[in-house]
Amino acid sequence: MNWETVIGLEIHTQLATRSKIFSASATRYGAEPNTQANLVDLGFPGVLPVLNGEVVNMAIKFGLATQCEISPRSIFARKNYFYPDLPKGYQISQYELPIVHGGQLEIVLSDGSAKTVRITRAHLEEDAGKSLHEDFHGQTGIDLNRAGTPLLEIVSEPDMRSPGEAVAYMRRIHTLVRYLGISDGNMQEGSFRCDANVSVRKLGSEALGTRTELKNLNSFRFVERAIEVEVERQIDLIEDGGQVIQETRLYDPDRNETRAMRSKEEANDYRYFPDPDLLPIVIDQARIGHIAAGLPELPDAKRKRFIADYELSAYDADVLTASREQAEFYEAVVTGLGGQPKLAANWVMGELSAALNREDLDITASRVSATQLAELLQRIDDKTISGKIAKQVFDALWNDGGEVEAIIEARGLRQISDAGAIEALVDEILEAHPRQVEEYRSGKEKVFGFFVGQVMKQSEGKANPQSVNEILKIKLKS
Amino acid sequence: MSPEDVYKLGMLARLEITPGEIDDVVAKLTDIVAMVDQLQAVDTDGVVPMAHPLDRSQRLREDEVTEEDRRALYQQSAAAVERGLYLVPKVIE
Repeated sequence: MNWETVIGLEIHTQLATRSKIFSASATRYGAEPNTQANLVDLGFPGVLPVLNGEVVNMAIKFGLATQCEISPRSIFARKNYFYPDLPKGYQISQYELPIVHGGQLEIVLSDGSAKTVRITRAHLEEDAGKSLHEDFHGQTGIDLNRAGTPLLEIVSEPDMRSPGEAVAYMRRIHTLVRYLGISDGNMQEGSFRCDANVSVRKLGSEALGTRTELKNLNSFRFVERAIEVEVERQIDLIEDGGQVIQETRLYDPDRNETRAMRSKEEANDYRYFPDPDLLPIVIDQARIGHIAAGLPELPDAKRKRFIADYELSAYDADVLTASREQAEFYEAVVTGLGGQPKLAANWVMGELSAALNREDLDITASRVSATQLAELLQRIDDKTISGKIAKQVFDALWNDGGEVEAIIEARGLRQISDAGAIEALVDEILEAHPRQVEEYRSGKEKVFGFFVGQVMKQSEGKANPQSVNEILKIKLKS
Repeated sequence: MSPEDVYKLGMLARLEITPGEIDDVVAKLTDIVAMVDQLQAVDTDGVVPMAHPLDRSQRLREDEVTEEDRRALYQQSAAAVERGLYLVPKVIE
């Protein structure tokens, strides 16, 4: 039997505001417990929420970037459930009339093809606090610093057909929210997390199968693995004559399996109703127009421009535009270099990227600046140094800093292109290896590579390889 | 409304309803729901649902942090605190 996987994602993105969604407490990550939780966040009687205007602007930015409709009027609702990290007994969220709805996003699959994923809606809500279950002699510790942190929950249609597509979509959203500057997307700190709705159906069937919801997937790898094992579980279950039950499940990365949450943990009757403490959010065209005018170039547009303007492959363009900072760095190198976009792409994605990864640095903290890299590549371009020598210079720049020119001069790395000097080197090598010269002249042409290697070695890699080749050919013929 | 409905609502609202009270609560809630039924008989086609009785829109705040840390004061009314955390009965096993 052939099965088709159907996946929809709900992505919770923490919005990068200074203060909370309904109170003027700070949202800074990592503060001492409960030092950023005021009376509103603690749910004291009589307090009232006041909406942070910036979260509205951020939601509009997201809506514009995903071709969503921006609701002229949207409302907040109370989602009722009891848990100690939610002191009010309800979460302020949006149910009917979310702030944006009905958009779409293009994703690029591993085979390079594109696919459109529809976005059902994105709504504003407040985050809950954190429960710490260890070390409190049978009690649970509650930190409410996170309570009231603004979230944008982005809900997709069930348009994805494989774990790979789900991850591709999640990555696109991740890239997008960082481009827009509305979230830092930091997954370790929980700023970007995901629930996946997963079902299977017989290939060719129109009707959706019963879905399960996988909760709190906080890395791209976990999303992929959790969906994989859940799909396997559902198929096995059905093929054994069983039925999938609609339920919430947790992924256990250590055991690589999903398990049902106990029914007590699963509050599925939230009794939503409009929050009487908050008036409808009204968004006029002027506000939308103002925000639209200030939007940065979006990843998709940037990717297409890189392919058109720099003649990069779809893959290279995709990698280089994965973050706004990396794309800007790359463009600064190309500008400094005055062309050679492919050379610049190879170095940003190769040497530079490897060096950043080695030290786990972000490109904004690169030890070699875009200007320095452009200067270095210019020296390759004008044949002052070879690509191989350039790597030495790059390492020197990375480790000790300094100027490209100064490093080349100080270390005597300038490429030898002078025909006389290379001839002298070639003569020296041919004289030292009469046997190989004999071999070559008697038809064993493979030996040629040996001579090139010897000359390069003798010149410490500085001889211009092209000249070496040419001169060797002439000398060996005579 | 059935007693099961009322027990379930009680559970969701964390209200204990004893078997001795259940008939009374069912009767009262049934009366209230009957009143809602009466309201539902009104033809509301073309009427925009009202989200709030005030005909105003939400005022927006500047994104500024104006609250300072007053943890010590707020935690005075907590039943138990440790290392800055509020302690509550264990919520998972």
